[in-house]
Amino acid sequence: MGIDSLIGGTIWDQYSDKVTCLMNNPQNMGEITQEQADAMGAKLIVADFGAESCGDAVRLYWAVDPKTDVILESKFKSFGCGTAIASSDTMAELCKGKTVDEAVKITNIDVEKAMRDTPDVPAVPPQKMHCSVMAYDVIKKAAALYKGVDIESFEHEVIVCECARVSLSTLREVIRLNDLTSIEQITDYTKAGAFCKSCIRPGGHEAKDIYLVDLLEEYEKEKLAKQADSGYDAPFAQMTIVQRLKAVEKVIDDNIRQMLVMDGGNIEILDIKENGANFDIYIRYLGACSGCASSSTGTLFAIESILKEKLDQNIRVIPL
Amino acid sequence: MRVYLDNNATTIVDPHVYEVMEPFFVQKYGNPNSLHQFASDTHKPLKEAMQKIYAGINAKNEDSVVITSCATESNNWVLKSIYFEYILTGRKNHIIISEVEHPSIIATAKFLESKGCKVTYLPINSEGIVEAHTVRDFITDKTALVSIMWVNNETGAIFPIEEIGEICSAKGVLFHTDAVQAIGKVPVNVQRANIDYLTMSAHKFHGPKGVGALYMKKGKELTPLLHGGAQMNGLRSGTLNVAGIVGMGKAMEQSIDALDFEISEVKELRDTLEDALLEIPDTFVVTPRAKRAANTILISFRGIEGEAMLWDLNRANIAASTGSACASEDLESNPVMEAIGAEADLAHTAIRFSLSRYTTKEEIDYTIEVVKNAVDRLRAISSSYAYAPEGHESKL
Repeated sequence: MGIDSLIGGTIWDQYSDKVTCLMNNPQNMGEITQEQADAMGAKLIVADFGAESCGDAVRLYWAVDPKTDVILESKFKSFGCGTAIASSDTMAELCKGKTVDEAVKITNIDVEKAMRDTPDVPAVPPQKMHCSVMAYDVIKKAAALYKGVDIESFEHEVIVCECARVSLSTLREVIRLNDLTSIEQITDYTKAGAFCKSCIRPGGHEAKDIYLVDLLEEYEKEKLAKQADSGYDAPFAQMTIVQRLKAVEKVIDDNIRQMLVMDGGNIEILDIKENGANFDIYIRYLGACSGCASSSTGTLFAIESILKEKLDQNIRVIPL
Repeated sequence: MRVYLDNNATTIVDPHVYEVMEPFFVQKYGNPNSLHQFASDTHKPLKEAMQKIYAGINAKNEDSVVITSCATESNNWVLKSIYFEYILTGRKNHIIISEVEHPSIIATAKFLESKGCKVTYLPINSEGIVEAHTVRDFITDKTALVSIMWVNNETGAIFPIEEIGEICSAKGVLFHTDAVQAIGKVPVNVQRANIDYLTMSAHKFHGPKGVGALYMKKGKELTPLLHGGAQMNGLRSGTLNVAGIVGMGKAMEQSIDALDFEISEVKELRDTLEDALLEIPDTFVVTPRAKRAANTILISFRGIEGEAMLWDLNRANIAASTGSACASEDLESNPVMEAIGAEADLAHTAIRFSLSRYTTKEEIDYTIEVVKNAVDRLRAISSSYAYAPEGHESKL
């Protein structure tokens, strides 16, 4: 597990100096009043995201030039921890001077990167990454209010992991291409689930429509269904027990049963067992077949040969 | 100035405690189980320390106060051994705890739940207290154990342990109390409260870390959790933590001596702090003072997230605590705030100040000033107190 994970540490030590500075002295903290917006000849937009009851809430103020759509001034207020305040501050800064359409393109990852001291070292520890997500969401809310459209219209994709911004379609594709079967693998391949972990399964920071565990289950079911569909084309040895039983029944129905029935007899399959390299198929003769001399010689030989030919050379038929 | 107001997490080691421990590191370092003078040198101090620990909780000599490594071990021991002896054997199927127990009780109970044990989690009332009658309501003839803490670590709420002990005794159910936050803060008397098992931890009352104890009434000795060299009469194997035990004994003695000081002087400082903080608008304290340990305040500052408040306190060299750090990966609001049914908006705003007999008036005055400034600064940032134009539809 390693010393760091065994002893732990304070998350505050993992904040970049920029995060610390912004928490101590946020640069864009404040409000824009209607009067101030009017004086700029701007449209005032006030957008809220999050809730105090969830531990994070932010209010974003924009003064937007209605002729050019340029954000002339951008301020925030925030209920949250240090990284929430620093992220909101950075977000407000990044909005300044951009058009509303440009601002909508700012992601939580842009916000986090802007708070780094050095390009390769994350500004916040993984479990604090979700704080920057709110900064992204409130921009969309503000833009939706400005344009008078629905907030959903800015999100063309369903995002499952908001911290790493991994979409549903990406996850589905990566899981299938690489035949992923565990959360750890998904995180290794996509970074989804590496940060606040809300998206892994229900019970995290926030409720989601779909979780990574659901995607794994969906793929698992899909694989099973596919196997069931294509099962009869697969070699006998690779079939599931149910598929084997059905395959044997089918061969008997198509090639054998009719002949037996014509003689007033029948056959039932009792069990299929793997015995070393062999597949032992246990059968019971019914009606006229039971007691028929040929049932343990010619008929049995015929049944076994057909099953061997149609399904697997290692089949042995054992009458009980 | 550095101010330590997180004494429910751990405490400074009393210098007298440190002093009596010191010889057992480089001079009297013998293993008490050996047969030579180095070992013998430890026996008298160990016995004296044990006598102080027994006296501190009014245990009888025939009872067992077994030294453990910490309260977590003591709590695990009680629940798991009850599981081995009563649940696994099919004699009983049920234990009762409260929903605000320490994680070493809650997590252990959840583990036992996964092994087939039924667990009842008793609620607390709006004052943060487990009401004794709820214990009676949930006891069945299949209940093996009731485990209720004496003093809650978050709020300082004192639970009605004597009453609960009486109910358990009348019903013939074993009773365990986690008294980690009670030693040195309220009078603890195992005989008066009908207690079968009691957990304590030295570092919560100015003793060293790494040493705790489990009191077991005569005839109620539990199956050992740690098997080995048969120390502690086979109840808890492992080479004795000589310095730790000696320190714990001294710490117990000092804390019992200081109990009057705690409930007068420490309480006065706590009340001074609390009165001043409650002058700040939109603040809210959990549990009435009379029902709380003298050293603890759990207070909410509306509009200020707990970790943000800790940040500002820490910048001013003040140590406090929040149960609502927004860093945890689970749903993370303070469990007590949720349990008492506090307004949802306050769930992430609780800060705990816990004092000790080492806290000074100067430190409290400084803390009041720092908290007031932090509240001003953080509420100026807070969206809860932010301007909104007319007709603005607040919240998402």
